[in-house]
Amino acid sequence: MSGVHTQSGRVSLAITESRAIRLGLIGIAVLFLGLFTVLPLVVVFVGALRAGVRIYLSSLRNPDALSALRLSITVALIVVPLNLLFGVAAAWAVAKFEFRGKRILTTIIDIPLAISPVIGGMAFMLLFGAQGWFGSWLRERDISIAFAVPGIVIVTIFVTLPFIARQLIPLMREQGNEEEETAVILGASGWQTFVRVTLPNIRWALLYGLILCNARAIGEFGAVSVISGHIRGVTNTLPLHVEELYNEYNSAAAFAVASLLSLLAVLTLVLQKFVGLHQSGERRSRKAGPEGSES
Amino acid sequence: MATALRVNMAVGANRSRAKDTPRRVLPGYGLTLGFTVLYLGFFVLIPLSTIFVKAAGLGWQGFWTTVTAERVVAAYRLSFLSAFYAALANTMFGFLVAWVLVRYSFPARRVADAIIDLPFALPTAVAGIAFTALYAENGWLGSRLIPFGVRVAYTQLGIVAVLTFVGLPFVVRTVQPVLENLESEIEEVASSLGAGRWAAFTRVLLPSIWPALLTGFTLAFARAIGEYGSVLFIAGNMPMRTEIAPLLVMAKLDQFDFEGAAAISAGMLIVSFALLLAVNALEGIGRRQEP
Repeated sequence: MSGVHTQSGRVSLAITESRAIRLGLIGIAVLFLGLFTVLPLVVVFVGALRAGVRIYLSSLRNPDALSALRLSITVALIVVPLNLLFGVAAAWAVAKFEFRGKRILTTIIDIPLAISPVIGGMAFMLLFGAQGWFGSWLRERDISIAFAVPGIVIVTIFVTLPFIARQLIPLMREQGNEEEETAVILGASGWQTFVRVTLPNIRWALLYGLILCNARAIGEFGAVSVISGHIRGVTNTLPLHVEELYNEYNSAAAFAVASLLSLLAVLTLVLQKFVGLHQSGERRSRKAGPEGSES
Repeated sequence: MATALRVNMAVGANRSRAKDTPRRVLPGYGLTLGFTVLYLGFFVLIPLSTIFVKAAGLGWQGFWTTVTAERVVAAYRLSFLSAFYAALANTMFGFLVAWVLVRYSFPARRVADAIIDLPFALPTAVAGIAFTALYAENGWLGSRLIPFGVRVAYTQLGIVAVLTFVGLPFVVRTVQPVLENLESEIEEVASSLGAGRWAAFTRVLLPSIWPALLTGFTLAFARAIGEYGSVLFIAGNMPMRTEIAPLLVMAKLDQFDFEGAAAISAGMLIVSFALLLAVNALEGIGRRQEP
């Protein structure tokens, strides 16, 4: 490298690599990402449209596909609000108060991330399945959870339970209690304090968690696969429907439904990026104090 | 050093005791903690305990015979080894990607940064069929690799490939913030004192990022051990050869062998819990290193 760059560049030459090494490293990184992320996405859309737009559209309009779509949306609409409630409650308890066993509690919240979804799904089969702990009790009352929609909802809650809580806990911890304590001392109720003081400070992190939770709730496969019973048109979610079509060698339809899920994933990434920008602002403005918030 | 740590801990203990005793100013302690504990009990602790209870039903002897059966050992071996290779690949490439994203500017850098999270957003079943289509004999990449004798789909290589996809974000997202917060002055001092670029890297950079690297590795490893959806499609699922442990659990469930499935799961759960504790400890180390 010539010395010219040293004068103009702000990063001193001493801590950067030569141009050849830089280009080489960028090349490897881009190739790696292209091979592992871009190419699989492209394959899905090509596979979906290869048989023509008409087959593509008719695969999406197929009654089984529509019922899978409806079920996936229903599950997400139940699961996400419940885990939102849990995430806020857990973050309030963990971040605002000191108590014994707090580390154990936060570790338990992480468990669904660390274990196989198949094992998670199986645990609920052992509870609610025909031979499960509550199996005969449920049968006497004619309630079905396993091989039915309630089971799918419950395992999806299990799998996506950490996402919102994990976004909120570190942020609320960092923000401390002063603002809320001031509000309470000035006479605000607990609910008012939460809505007027806490919520504006955490809204972007909350939204970020919601987006992650929703994406996983719609995309979950292993846990749902164990408990759903794969009843076509009844307990097939979109990912299960993809599997079924694929196993029937109906590749065009499988990729068509998969392309719907891929579009959702791309939308998730775009939203994530957008919310992430605000979220880092949320964090920075807290660190800089009230004066820094205009940045 | 050790005394300083002890003093710190004593101060911390005092502080938390002082916080504990006076009235809590903020409301909602009992309500939120109670709800959290109930929710976790119902959705996590009680369900998982069923697995250990079921596995215990086999007795120690039965449990041991089940988890040491030839087919089970082969599945464990395949799962752990494939997950290990994938986590290793993720550590190397993830570090490289994080480095490139933080230190260099290039076109499409922001797109590259956003697409890192794709494996979190894309359903695993979709990833599974996409990778299988890519690497199958007639696939875009498969048809080019097979003339060289490299088979990816329906082999362990395919399993490692999808697991690398699944674990991709973990190392990047744990190393990236650490690299961003690193003071470039330290490196400048090192180089002005005569350290070469490589020496500055190994002596100055690596010591401050290894906890993040190891955390990312452990997270990717833990995720890869349990992964099912994407592997199902590319593995071919031949017992003894390309059958991962979660698939074997699924096979046992299909045969209504709940005890066997629970025993295999209990073995995996113990490993998962150990990894979770390791991540917690590593995050503790990382936090202590921060100024």
